[in-house]
Amino acid sequence: MVKPSPSYRVFQGVNGVILTLVVIVTLYPFVNIVARSFSGERQIRAGEVTLWPKGFNLTTYKIVFQDAMFWRNYGNTVLYTVVSTAVAMLLTTCYAYVLSKRHLKGRTALIGIAVFTMFFTGGLIPNYVLITTFGLKNSVWAIALPNAISVFNLLVMKAFFESLPTELEEAAQIDGLSTYGILLRIVLPLSKAVVATMVLFYTVSYWNSWFSAFLYMDRTDLMPVTVYLRNIIAGATTGGNAGATDAQLSQVGASIQAVTIVLTALPILCVYPFVQRYFVSGVMLGAVKG
Amino acid sequence: MSTTTKSASPPGLQKPPGADPPPPPTSRTGWRRALRRDWQLYSLAVLPLLFFLVFRYLPMIGNVIAFRRFEPGGSIFGEQWVGLRYVEMFLSDPTFWQVFRNTLWLGGLTLVFCFPIPIVLALLLNEVRRRSLKRFVQSVSYLPHFLSIVIVAGITMQMLATEGPVNLVLGWFGHDPIRFIQEPEWFRTIYVGSEIWQTAGWGTILYLAALTTIDEDLYEAARIDGANRWQQTWHVTLPGIRPTMITLLILNVGTFLAVGFEKVLLLYNPLTYQTSDVISTYVYRTGVESNSFSYAAAIGLFEAVIGLVLITSANTLSRRTVGTSLW
Repeated sequence: MVKPSPSYRVFQGVNGVILTLVVIVTLYPFVNIVARSFSGERQIRAGEVTLWPKGFNLTTYKIVFQDAMFWRNYGNTVLYTVVSTAVAMLLTTCYAYVLSKRHLKGRTALIGIAVFTMFFTGGLIPNYVLITTFGLKNSVWAIALPNAISVFNLLVMKAFFESLPTELEEAAQIDGLSTYGILLRIVLPLSKAVVATMVLFYTVSYWNSWFSAFLYMDRTDLMPVTVYLRNIIAGATTGGNAGATDAQLSQVGASIQAVTIVLTALPILCVYPFVQRYFVSGVMLGAVKG
Repeated sequence: MSTTTKSASPPGLQKPPGADPPPPPTSRTGWRRALRRDWQLYSLAVLPLLFFLVFRYLPMIGNVIAFRRFEPGGSIFGEQWVGLRYVEMFLSDPTFWQVFRNTLWLGGLTLVFCFPIPIVLALLLNEVRRRSLKRFVQSVSYLPHFLSIVIVAGITMQMLATEGPVNLVLGWFGHDPIRFIQEPEWFRTIYVGSEIWQTAGWGTILYLAALTTIDEDLYEAARIDGANRWQQTWHVTLPGIRPTMITLLILNVGTFLAVGFEKVLLLYNPLTYQTSDVISTYVYRTGVESNSFSYAAAIGLFEAVIGLVLITSANTLSRRTVGTSLW
C-alpha cells in the first residue's frame, strides 16, 4: 500500500477516538452496576458511585443470598433452560435433517411452512388462549413447546447438513443403515460443531427469556430468575422476602436492583468470552446460506 | 436471510402441502413412490410439523375470535359471529389511535437510528488496521446483545436514576436531575437509546462479513482512476454491501410495527403511557389483564396484517428497483 496521506492519518486518529468512545459507552454501565452492587446505600443515593464502590459492603448480597425465593427461581431458570433446549434440539434437528434432503418430494412446501411463520404469527391473544385452553399454564411446557423451533436456527442447521458430502450417507445406506441410523451414527457425529452452536443459541435464549414465564406462570415459586429481577425492577417486590427485616430492606432499596442484575447477568458474562465466536459464525452461516 | 439470486436457495413463501407438486399425470403414483422410499424421513418431520400446526398455524386461525365473541373457558374459536364489531370498536377508540401513533413514532425512530448506525460502525471498524484492536472493539460491542432484555431494562433504569450517571453528568453542567423514567417526553429517547446500545455492535456482523467479500481489485482500479478514500468508500465499498443493506432494511421494515414489545413493557409505566404505550402493550393489557380477548385479538390481527403487508411491499419494491429480495 502507498504511504497514507496526512488526511487519512487524521481520519485514523478520529476513528480511534470514536471507537474508544463506543467501547466506553458500552462497558461503563456494567462497571457502574457492579460498583453499585458493592456500595453503601447512602453513597448510592448521594450519586457518589461511578467507577468504584463507595462505602464498600456486602449487606445486599447477603440479603439476596438468604432469600430462598431467589435460589428457587434461579433453579427454575436452570430447569426450564435444560428442558426447553432438549425439546428444541430434538425438533429442530429432525426437521433440519429432513429439509436438507434435496430429493425429497414436497420439500419446498415443508420449507415454506416453516419460513412463512417468520413473517406472520398468530399474535399474543390467540397464543394465550391456546396455552390456557391446553392447560399448559404453570408448567414448563408453556415455555418449552410454543418456542420449540426457531426458524433461524433451523435454516442454519439445514445449511450445515446440506454441506455434508452425500457419498458418506449413500455408502451407509448401501451398508444397510436405515435413515434413523444414518442420522444418529453418521450425520450427527459429523455435525458436532453445528449441534454445539445450536445448543448454545437455544440455551442463551431460554436463559434470557422472561415473557413466557411472566405470562403463563401464576405463582412466584415457578418464576425464572429473570422474572424475579423484573419484579424487583418494577417494584412489585423488594426481594429478600425471607432473611431481611423491613429496616434492612429500606437500607438497600437502590443496591438490591444492582445486585440482582449482577447475579442474573453473571453466568452469561462468564461464558461470553468463550461462546461469542460461535454465535458470530452461526449468524454468518445463517445469513449466507439461509 | 438470503437473497434469491441462486436457484439453489429455496423460495420463501410456498403453498401448503398437497398443493405443492407440479401436477403431471403421474403425480399421485409419484407421491406413493416417494412415501414408500422416504417414509422414514417423513416420519422425522411429523413432530416438527405438529409443532408448526399447533403452535404457529392454529393461533393464526385462532384469530377468528377477532370476529366472534369469545368467552374465557369457551371454545378457542369463540362462540358466535359478531362480524366487524370489534374492528369498529377499536377504530373508534381514541386510545387505539394514540397507541397507533406511538407505535409509528417508536418504529420510525428505531428504523432511522438503528438501521444506519451498524453500517457506520462497520465502516469505521473496517478501517482499523490493528487486528487485535478491531477484535477487541467488536467483542465489547456485541456484549449487550447477549443479555436478557430484563437486564438491559434494569441497567437502563439504573443509568437514568435520579442519582445515576446520566444525571451526574447533567449536574456537571449545572442541570437539575431529571426523573427520566417518569417523564413521557423522554420515553422515545430512552427507548431508542437503549436499543442502539443493545443492538448496534451485533448489527455490524453481517456488514463486516459483506465487506470482506469486496474484491481488492476494485479498490486498485478506483485508485488508478484517481479516486481518493472517500470516493473509494462511496463508489466501491457502499455498492459492495448494498445487497446486505437492502436485505436488512426489508427485514426492519417488516418488523416496523412490532416494536420491542418486551422492552416497552419493562420500561413503561402509567405515567408515560401517553408516549410509551404501543399497539402490542395495549393488546397485552386489554387482552390478558382485562380479559377482553376478542377485542385485543382484533387489534393484534390488525397489527400482524399491516406487518405482513409492509414486508411484502418492501420486498416487491426492492426486487423491482434493485433486484434484491428475500424471496
